[in-house]
Amino acid sequence: MQPLIEVRDLRFQYDDGTTALDGVDFDLFPGETVAVFGANGSGKTTFVLHLNGLLTGEGSVTVCGMPVNKGESLTRVRQKVGLVFQDSDNQLFMPSVLEDVAFGPLNLGLERNDAEARARAALDVVGMTHAWGKAPYHLSAGEKKRVAIAGILAMRPEILILDEPTTFLDPPGQNALIELLDRLPQAKILVTHDLDCARVLASRAVFFEKGRIAAEGSVEEVVARFQWDRTALKRSASHHF
Amino acid sequence: MHHVVLDRWSRGASALHRRDARAKTLAVLVFLIALATAQRSFLALSACYFVILAAVVVAAGLPLGSALKRASVVLPFTAVFAAISLAAGEPMRAASLIAKSYLSALAVLILVSTTPLPELLRGLERMGVPRYLLMVTQFLYRYLFVISEEAQHMRAAAQAKSGSIRRVLFNRSKFGAAAGALGVLFARSYGHAEGIHQAMLARGFQGTFRTLAARAFNKADAAFVMAALVLLLGARAAVEAWI
Repeated sequence: MQPLIEVRDLRFQYDDGTTALDGVDFDLFPGETVAVFGANGSGKTTFVLHLNGLLTGEGSVTVCGMPVNKGESLTRVRQKVGLVFQDSDNQLFMPSVLEDVAFGPLNLGLERNDAEARARAALDVVGMTHAWGKAPYHLSAGEKKRVAIAGILAMRPEILILDEPTTFLDPPGQNALIELLDRLPQAKILVTHDLDCARVLASRAVFFEKGRIAAEGSVEEVVARFQWDRTALKRSASHHF
Repeated sequence: MHHVVLDRWSRGASALHRRDARAKTLAVLVFLIALATAQRSFLALSACYFVILAAVVVAAGLPLGSALKRASVVLPFTAVFAAISLAAGEPMRAASLIAKSYLSALAVLILVSTTPLPELLRGLERMGVPRYLLMVTQFLYRYLFVISEEAQHMRAAAQAKSGSIRRVLFNRSKFGAAAGALGVLFARSYGHAEGIHQAMLARGFQGTFRTLAARAFNKADAAFVMAALVLLLGARAAVEAWI
């Protein structure tokens, strides 16, 4: 099967000389959801920013057969890869919910009526139709996240990348979001520290360490290998008291 | 917060709220010109315009007392110049300065309290105001909420560490803390700007803002502009003829 995303020997250095990615190889196949784990600063976010050309490093990144670079294919790549950022406030910059969700389709060159129809359909998918006329700052954190996802869905992407989607949400909000993401048919990459979210959604996990993928496997395998949950903490706590 | 109240007011449902932003902007422009160019009998005209504006505030369903109070935020600025005029022996000029600035502020307040800012900006854009200027205003307004919330968090954090912003002005040792807080706020704003830019690019932004269709300027809007014109200029002519 042809992968949707194919990354080979990706390397990236920030201007200050910090090596953020040090030879990453990665494939994403249709229908799968991959959880990306790793410590803060291990290169996870830098990695996903390469997948729709917001950063370009050495090596190759191919999305749906198209190379990701500054060329003409960039707009098409950005249509295929929807990136949902951690801070919804940064993602919702238009004055109203409907205009924000229509921002992507309009950039793709759609007519205003078509863009609006797509925006309304996307709001329906995330259950936010009622809020179309609201200003983003009147929404709760969970609602903002849904609208941000609608803004991406309106571009009809084949791949969704979500950077810490459950941050800032209360447990019911997290559950509702996880259910929503589970319903969406796109292949997904979840950058997250939220193991519950990864356990429900991800069919596979990769673990970033010092700009490389140090391991991959099922979520449980990766979590166990790197002690990426609180089991160790519980053990030491019971030892002390 | 000030802008939250105006934002809430602007989402009302009166006949004035339903008028196109361009119609209201034109009416305010006519008002400002009629007021600014009034030489003779401006006190009587000011009183007359005050009554008209107060009636508009009530008709738009806005709380009259609160609106009148909010319009007075401009007074400290003009009061300085009015005081200078007064000291120079020109009491009429001083009164004129106060009356004109207050009424102008009230008119603009009515405009922004009956028109949601996005609509107002779109109306201005279609009247030829430079797009980039409006874009900056739009972003400023959108992120005012985010930045002021962050400022409030920082203030709370400072108070939790037993500092007090209120005493900063009287305590030089706390200037440093306040300056540091401002610096952090600036850095955070910069961070937001970068994040927003990335989010825009990620959704295919290529340098030009495309927006959904705005609503059309209809007959009721044209009638509103005509009515405003007749009322404002008629009132001025009547007052000048009468006195």
